[in-house]
Amino acid sequence: MPPLCAIAWLPLDTWIVVVGALGAMACALLGTFLVLRKMSMMGDAISHAVLPGLAIAFLVTGSRDSLVMLAGAGVVGVLTAVFTQWIHAAGKVDQGASMGVVFTILFAVGLILIRQTADHVDLDPECVLYGAIEFVPLDTTAFLGWQVPRAAITVGVVLVLNLLFVTLLYKELKLTSLDPALATTVGINAHLVHYLLMTLVAVTTVAVFESVGSILVIAMFIVPPAAAHLLTDRLSVMLLLSAGLAALSAALGHVAAITLPAWLGLGDISTNTAGMMAVMAGVFFVVAALAGPRHGIVSRAVHRIALSLRIVREDILGLLYRLDELGAPRISRRAFAQAELVGGPFMTRIALWSLRRAGQIVREDATYHLTPRGRSAAQELVRSHRLWESFLEQELRLPPDHVHCTAERLEHVTGARLQERLAESLGDPGHDPHGEPIPDRPSR
Amino acid sequence: MLRVLPIAVLVLGGLGVCSVLGQSDTGTLTDSSITWPGWAALLRVLTLQDYNTRVVVLGVACLGAAAGLIGAFMLLRERALLGDALSHATLPGIGLAFMVMVLFGGTGKWLPGLLLGASISGVLGVLCIMLIVRTMRIKQDAALGIVLSVFFGLGVAVTGIVQNMGSGHAAGLQSFIYGKTASMLLSDAVRIGVAGVIITFACLVLFKEFRLLCFDAAYARSQGWPVTLLDVVMMALVVGVTVIGLQAVGLILMIALLVIPPAAAKFWTTRLSRMVFTSALLGGMSCSLGAGMSALVPRLPAGAIIVCVAGLFFLISMFAGPARGVLARWWDQKRLVRSVARQNVLRAIYEVVESSDRDVPGAVTFDELVGRRTWSPREVQNALNCAIRGRLVRPDGFQRYALSDEGRQAAWRAVRNHRLWELYLITHADIAPSHVDRDADRVEHVLGDEMVAELEKLLADTHPNLTTPASPHRIDRAFHVERETA
Repeated sequence: MPPLCAIAWLPLDTWIVVVGALGAMACALLGTFLVLRKMSMMGDAISHAVLPGLAIAFLVTGSRDSLVMLAGAGVVGVLTAVFTQWIHAAGKVDQGASMGVVFTILFAVGLILIRQTADHVDLDPECVLYGAIEFVPLDTTAFLGWQVPRAAITVGVVLVLNLLFVTLLYKELKLTSLDPALATTVGINAHLVHYLLMTLVAVTTVAVFESVGSILVIAMFIVPPAAAHLLTDRLSVMLLLSAGLAALSAALGHVAAITLPAWLGLGDISTNTAGMMAVMAGVFFVVAALAGPRHGIVSRAVHRIALSLRIVREDILGLLYRLDELGAPRISRRAFAQAELVGGPFMTRIALWSLRRAGQIVREDATYHLTPRGRSAAQELVRSHRLWESFLEQELRLPPDHVHCTAERLEHVTGARLQERLAESLGDPGHDPHGEPIPDRPSR
Repeated sequence: MLRVLPIAVLVLGGLGVCSVLGQSDTGTLTDSSITWPGWAALLRVLTLQDYNTRVVVLGVACLGAAAGLIGAFMLLRERALLGDALSHATLPGIGLAFMVMVLFGGTGKWLPGLLLGASISGVLGVLCIMLIVRTMRIKQDAALGIVLSVFFGLGVAVTGIVQNMGSGHAAGLQSFIYGKTASMLLSDAVRIGVAGVIITFACLVLFKEFRLLCFDAAYARSQGWPVTLLDVVMMALVVGVTVIGLQAVGLILMIALLVIPPAAAKFWTTRLSRMVFTSALLGGMSCSLGAGMSALVPRLPAGAIIVCVAGLFFLISMFAGPARGVLARWWDQKRLVRSVARQNVLRAIYEVVESSDRDVPGAVTFDELVGRRTWSPREVQNALNCAIRGRLVRPDGFQRYALSDEGRQAAWRAVRNHRLWELYLITHADIAPSHVDRDADRVEHVLGDEMVAELEKLLADTHPNLTTPASPHRIDRAFHVERETA
């Protein structure tokens, strides 16, 4: 297995990564709004639907000049969006289905048109449709005295265009994507914004897949924005994150494409770069789904565990305090098992360990009892519990034998301020409905 | 009868288009080398006399029907593009299956193995979609897109590796699987037929469960149905039809067959059972017609023709569909507008007659009517004409109009509804009498019998004369009041 530094990195590879990253960012910027508008599949639909545009552009002009092709594809791309909207609105067909209807039909029409011309020229759909990112550095052109791949310029222009669009119309895009009704009431023309966005999506799709291949377009429209959506709740941050993730997956994707087969022991070969870039974006999505700060699966699990640990700890303190009141301040671990605390014996063990570390309980001769510090924490808790019991009985007129369970839940979420207000409104009672004394606030 | 007629029109229309295409001597593009067949060839194809045509037409018709059937459920679950995601998600499975088979010393192009690989990665893709939608805050459409692009990317990467491995057999692996309709073999047709029968049977057996799942999954869960399992079964059926179909007819056609016929069927009916049946019928019909046409013109790609025929059916359905079609809804709306205008003119006549003494008893002049509301003379004339045609109003030839007996009944009902609602608003909603006219004007047209009975019950205590209640405001000024509040 060769180490990573053994990759033969050429200027060629740098250009591939640069063009890939530029294209990916251009897609991800617009894709953020597509994902928010639930139109993620638009990139996929357009990249299939532009086929008749290419064929007609060729039939009309007779040339395979890429600008003519771009224009034809761009027009049909916009038409795809328009037709989709029409069928969606006039026929009350749901967005996804109308997209599916439009793009399959357009693709079929394109196939037939292309087949008509195929006798005379080589207009292979695969070849016309999809550029390949591996060949990007071979087709260069002079730009400011440098030899730059032609694709880099095309994709760069599109990226700048999208950046301008997103920054200039940020407010309008935000409002129409998140709350179309509100946008209309404050006087933003939601239709105009929609069609502007769709036009740019079409232009971006066509320009990027003509340079670097369609799979990259489809992936970068959806996957980085979706990953960013899992990481943040702010639109501006989401835009930046999705552009960053897109660029990163382009770079790592290319590295993976030239190293991964060797790592897997398949010999000294490389694989499809665009495909690996899409896979990398998928990897980022999975990471975001697992480790996202608020919506990630791991962080949600950690939160849940931390919460239940806190509750078990507090329950243990409460239990020890009440035993203390009964005159039996010590308890063995076996007795804890009988108390049936939430989370089971494993949680109990961890909670006991962490309480001992915090200096709130001590263990002597295989039994536990409270330290002064633990005692004051427990006092606070039991005070909350019994105040709640009194409150439920006095104010809500619950029978005394029904108040314990509710108070048991509420005691864990009662802060010092709330506790004070409770005591105040009850007139500082000395005893709870069961006749147990309500302890004073511990002196600090 | 009303429902059968459009379907007959549809079939004849399809055949007509078919024959027109068959007839024309020159193609749309002058330099194409396609020769269009005459009637004899058309007849041969339509009566399925060629063995090849028979196989292809019957095979794809089966596939179209099966895809239409399961696609209808997909559409109702708002997963219309699942076929798209799914068919792209099969690629890594195909590549890996090929790789494994080569590593174990085979040629790699053993069809059952490839299909198995495709199915496994298709099912994995579907499970990923369900997992993403269930556990994260990602919507259905984005989940479909993620699975589509990442799986397809992986597939492209895997086939890239396979092609560079140098085993030599990998060339055309993709097109081997994403095949061509016209070259379908008998074995393909049989496989598709069997798959179609299995899927139809499964859908019939699980019809009630699927219906529940489509319309109210939460209710189904609360009734104790294994919703997740049913969902997985439904998805598995989609995977089955997609994998079988992909190999025979290609990727785009497979997506089209899962999306277009169900979307078209939605315009024909609002009942699920009929929609599913229509969808299967449309799928089968567009497939057989399309395949037949491509048999007539061998150089046209069959898949593309089938999609175009299906698209034509979709357009026809979207406009002419009796349940939700554009024309049907336009017609409904027009009828509603007309009946509202008729009720308005009847009420106007009734109230003019009621409010003042007449030169000719019971007859009102055209100008009096125009002055009653904010409407143009043209609108009044149209509404009057409509009422006259319905024998509700009699013109006397001197620009005067009177209600017929039938018309008086209808006008009385309209006036009564209007005033009952006004009284309700005044008594129970504390709205000033000067403000109720406009509101009641909208509501009077949609008050059903039950609602009227309810209003009578509510108002019975406070208002003694409910048979023909007096207007709670001065109606001769109703027009001006309306103007002021507007």
